[in-house]
Amino acid sequence: MTRKPMNPAPKARKGRKAGRRHPLASVALIAIGLLFTGGAYAAFSTTTASAESDANSQQTIDDGEKLFAANCATCHGLSAQGSGDGPSLIGVGAASVDFQVGTGRMPLQMQGPQALKKPVQFTEEQTAALAAYVASLAPGPAIPEGEVLDGQGDAAVGAELFRINCAMCHNVAGAGGALTEGKFAPSLADVSAVHVYEAMVTGPQNMPVFNDMNISPENKRDIITYLKYIEDNPSPGGLAIGSLGPVAEGLFIWIFGLGAIVALTVWITAKSN
Amino acid sequence: MTSVSTREPTEVKKSGGFTASAANYIDERTSVSGAVKELGRKIFPDHWSFLLGEVALFSFVIILLSGSFLTFFFDASMAEVHYDGSYAPLKGIAMSAAMQSTMDISFDIRGGLLMRQVHHWAALLFVAAIGLHMLRVFFTGAFRKPREINWVIGFVLFILAMAEGFTGYSLPDDLLSGNGLRIIDGLIKGIPVIGTWFSFLLFGGEFPGTAIVGRLYSLHILLLPAIIVALIAMHLLFVVVHKHTQYPSAGHTNKNVVGYPILPVYAAKAGGFFFIVFGVVMLIASFVTINPIWNYGPYDPSPVSAGTQPDWYIGFADGAMRLVPPGWEFVWLNHTYSMNILVVLGVVGLFIVTVMIYPFIEAWITGDKREHHVLDRPRNAPTRTAIGAAGVTFYASLWAAASSDIMATHFHLTMEGVIHTLQATTLLGPFLAFYITKRVCLALMKKDREIVLHGYESGRIVRLPGGEYVEVHQQVDDFERWKLVSYNDQKPLMLRPNANGKITVPEQVRAGLSRWFFEDRIAPVDQIELDQAHGAHHTEIEGSAVQPAQITDK
Repeated sequence: MTRKPMNPAPKARKGRKAGRRHPLASVALIAIGLLFTGGAYAAFSTTTASAESDANSQQTIDDGEKLFAANCATCHGLSAQGSGDGPSLIGVGAASVDFQVGTGRMPLQMQGPQALKKPVQFTEEQTAALAAYVASLAPGPAIPEGEVLDGQGDAAVGAELFRINCAMCHNVAGAGGALTEGKFAPSLADVSAVHVYEAMVTGPQNMPVFNDMNISPENKRDIITYLKYIEDNPSPGGLAIGSLGPVAEGLFIWIFGLGAIVALTVWITAKSN
Repeated sequence: MTSVSTREPTEVKKSGGFTASAANYIDERTSVSGAVKELGRKIFPDHWSFLLGEVALFSFVIILLSGSFLTFFFDASMAEVHYDGSYAPLKGIAMSAAMQSTMDISFDIRGGLLMRQVHHWAALLFVAAIGLHMLRVFFTGAFRKPREINWVIGFVLFILAMAEGFTGYSLPDDLLSGNGLRIIDGLIKGIPVIGTWFSFLLFGGEFPGTAIVGRLYSLHILLLPAIIVALIAMHLLFVVVHKHTQYPSAGHTNKNVVGYPILPVYAAKAGGFFFIVFGVVMLIASFVTINPIWNYGPYDPSPVSAGTQPDWYIGFADGAMRLVPPGWEFVWLNHTYSMNILVVLGVVGLFIVTVMIYPFIEAWITGDKREHHVLDRPRNAPTRTAIGAAGVTFYASLWAAASSDIMATHFHLTMEGVIHTLQATTLLGPFLAFYITKRVCLALMKKDREIVLHGYESGRIVRLPGGEYVEVHQQVDDFERWKLVSYNDQKPLMLRPNANGKITVPEQVRAGLSRWFFEDRIAPVDQIELDQAHGAHHTEIEGSAVQPAQITDK
């Protein structure tokens, strides 16, 4: 009874089995779609890659020089030689420019104890052009890429290196800490791997330089791995209250702990109306 | 059965079910009914601030329970092991067995991390509740005769609680606790002659050695808790012996206690309150991290993390060290004298001893030998309240200094600016706080006096037949007036010659201090003043009060 109306259907299906109603048609369609998209993407990204490989072309450097003259030369001098308001940039390398401009620290908003992180002022292309220009002045650390940034190193080694080399300013959990005269080591939360690496090799502001003789690229990768680990894994104990240590804990118990308890004592001893 | 009932008819008559027979069974064997009768009818007054000591007691019970759990798994050994637990960023790292067992408690033992956090949060709450309880006792004058000894016992408990906290903080042998111990080691070594010897004795050789965790563990779980339990028992015994104090109110005198009996009301309230405190600690421990040793890693003498601080109750001592300006050390006879450490030890020690013996100091100055069971309202003892405010300011400045680096980063200040400001508030703040508090207290007493004499401003303006406008004042009721007028009016001591006809120097000092204590005072309103004020008002207000009432009635 129920199958009767269905009977013509197999016939019809049979007829179109080789056409667009074939059971594997949708799979094929997806495969074709993926091939096209992937191919187009691959072609596109090769063009991007080739554009990036042009980063050091004369054209890019010239663009960078123009941007530099318009935005940086006031303090760093017309040929990046430095002035009373800013240091010389000859030999600082592309990594330094990518860090300072890529985190928004440069151009400087105002003179102060230290340059603060703020919304980035240039596009990635412009930053790359500036970096290419500064790198063209003299050799310096290049923008890191590849395996060292992947966060697949040894977190335990990274954690130990971090405690020994970084924690005295940045705090064991990378929460940041105070330095003298209003300067401070910033929090490392949400800092990208490439910027962490650049900071280590260029030593921005008050930070010392950790060159490849001090901490090998492999160990830098471990440190980045550790930072990524604590960023991806929230505290097993619950709210981390800033990972600031006993000060935050003390404030918490006085304000919320004892505050709640005192409110409850008032409630318990309240006279019923 | 029948033979039994005929032989002991009284037993059967008494029986009123299981509870009664069980109570009877126990009483016949322990004679406990006398104690229940005595204690069960003990009266406790009801006020929220009287529960702060209970909070401390309950926190201590929570600490004992959670601490017992931790002892099952903690290994107080400094033998070197390589961590092989679940926390990836420490895998294979060399650490002490103490650190490893704490890591295991945190990550590999069911409920271990919760118990660790319960233990630590309850410890912070314990000391905080003691602190608030002490402030209540101080500002209400509850330490006066006959309770001076109990103040000292309570204060020793406060010190012991800090010692318990510090020894516990040092046990996990993580980076933070090792840094704390290093500071203690430095403090001890700064003491001339005995310092180095004492440090070697304590650590069993040069810092850090391999003995300190085991030794602190013995103190932490054996000696200090035993002393604390004994002192708590004494503290509570004295509360029973002295009876509880009460706030001034109508019907509250030095000869009675107005409140609820222990059985059934107070026992039920306090029992319920224990579970409330336990619940609050459990909630905090479930949701908020404390002492994440996995971040700090094992102790290693070279690194120090930014933001390394002691737990809050040791903060004042740490802050005092931070406030010392540089360059106070000097060399004399080929030895270095670390005044930066010795001055801090001296000042902090003097502060602690002064607070501990304050009841005796005040009793000597005032010459007050009466028993006091009715508390002072803080405003009615302006000089004491001002001294307390000065002490709190001093302590708070030192305490705040322990977080100078956190303040600098979070409020975008310079570290030096924070330190200099706190140096100023430490030295000048107490004087300012003293002056302001005393003036505020006196002003409040004046206001009370005004209210007793003239009543509250009711906000109702009335026009008299002659065209004059007056505001009707609402008189306070008798209960309220009692509270406002019944306080001790103390006057400066008279300087009198002793039996030999001489005025001794100590007596002169005492009279001088007494003058400083009681010179500025507002006398309570007496009956004559009250009658006069009300007599004067009756003619003025009665007429005005009656007329508008008639108007509103229509």
